[in-house]
Amino acid sequence: MRLEVDIKKTLHSGERRFELAAAFSSRDDLTVIFGASGSGKSLTIQAIAGLVTPEQGRITVGGEALFDEQHGINLPARKRGVGYLFQDYALFPHLTVRENIGYPLKNGWHFSLFPEDRAEVAEIMASFEISHLAASYPAELSGGQKQRVALARAMIKKPAILLLDEPFSALDSMLRHRMRMELLEIRQRFGVPLVVITHDPADVEVFGDTLVVFANGKVEEISSRKEFAAPEDGSGWRTKVCPRAQWKKGSLAAHGFAMASVD
Amino acid sequence: MPDLTPLWLTLRVAFFATLLAFVFGVAFAWLTARFTFWGRDFLDAFLTLPLVMPPTVLGYYLIVVWGRNGWLGSWLYAHFGLSLMFTWQGAVLAATVVSFPLLFKSARAAFEGVAAEYEQAARILGDNELQVFFRITLPLAARGLLAGTMLAFARAMGDFGATLMVAGNIEGKTQTAAMAVFDAVQAGDYTLANTLVAIMSVVCITILVMTNKLANKGRGGR
Repeated sequence: MRLEVDIKKTLHSGERRFELAAAFSSRDDLTVIFGASGSGKSLTIQAIAGLVTPEQGRITVGGEALFDEQHGINLPARKRGVGYLFQDYALFPHLTVRENIGYPLKNGWHFSLFPEDRAEVAEIMASFEISHLAASYPAELSGGQKQRVALARAMIKKPAILLLDEPFSALDSMLRHRMRMELLEIRQRFGVPLVVITHDPADVEVFGDTLVVFANGKVEEISSRKEFAAPEDGSGWRTKVCPRAQWKKGSLAAHGFAMASVD
Repeated sequence: MPDLTPLWLTLRVAFFATLLAFVFGVAFAWLTARFTFWGRDFLDAFLTLPLVMPPTVLGYYLIVVWGRNGWLGSWLYAHFGLSLMFTWQGAVLAATVVSFPLLFKSARAAFEGVAAEYEQAARILGDNELQVFFRITLPLAARGLLAGTMLAFARAMGDFGATLMVAGNIEGKTQTAAMAVFDAVQAGDYTLANTLVAIMSVVCITILVMTNKLANKGRGGR
């Protein structure tokens, strides 16, 4: 999967002005966009998903242009075939888990799902181990359950790419580790490339086959895991991302590389 | 048994007035809640005006616009031979205008309370704007809309000044309950006055209690 982004966008709020000028590309199926809050990384994936329209530039996923200012291409969000996991999941509070997951299948005006769609929802719920929650409302779910439901909903239409906005920030640290592993497994199962936005170095370890570092609305650095295969020399990506997490690099690196070698 | 014709007329007027206020109130509320445009604050203020102006002043404005020589009224009369003055439809018009701000304000707050994220999620999941509105925005704002609708209904039932200016106080034709109470007291008919007052009070208290219940549910619920 090839993701290419080269966009410009200016935001105004009162006297303040934020300029985003982001250009990067990734060939890997695991891409991390890393940066502090306010660095423009969220704005960038919102632009990929079609939630904000850049002023200039071009966005392509797998060779298909989703946005191209010069050629007047700007696909609406509903036609981009992109999956998106919101930071706090954005599960529809008035719908049950089953209705939430079936939501993308039911785009007409009919009130209930078609039988084949019901079967599909049941199947994906089983594979995410949330079948027992089918009739629950989002407010009744725990953090990890919400994330699984949101992932099932994002994956049911088999998106070409899955964008995740700070996917683990709402979870406690134990759960965080487990959900990272689950997400890697989902990537394997569905063969969907992931783009993860984060400011957590541990996410970089696991998902950063390609690492894009954002600062002040610009791409500061792009690196690929192949290049940072020798982290001990002190000039590698890890020292830049988390100088204080050196002590755990052994175990995490083992994990990360084990995952990377699966594909 | 006192004559309850004014009560039925009041219910009919309030029903149609609330219906009209709902359609326009929801449309303007959605517009002002979702879009930032030049003159939005002015539009909001203009639409809220009936809440603070004396009803007789509103009635006067309505005559200026809808009267037989009014801007819209003269056109209506010239083309269809219709006039709203001194008809129950005129009373509907007056009640619509006085109850509109209650619906508009509640609806705007309700729409603003729907997190934009839910609408964005629906778009990414394949919805067009119309589907987003009917499948996400409207259901999530439903409690607030319903509460506003009930307040508007109560207000429409109780209007005196604007209705009197536009529709007059014609017994059996445009005399609503509020006016019948006034007439009954003037004429010393306390049986009729007490009956109407009791019924109106019970209906209004019921509506307010139900509105509060809805609002509380909205806060604590899912």
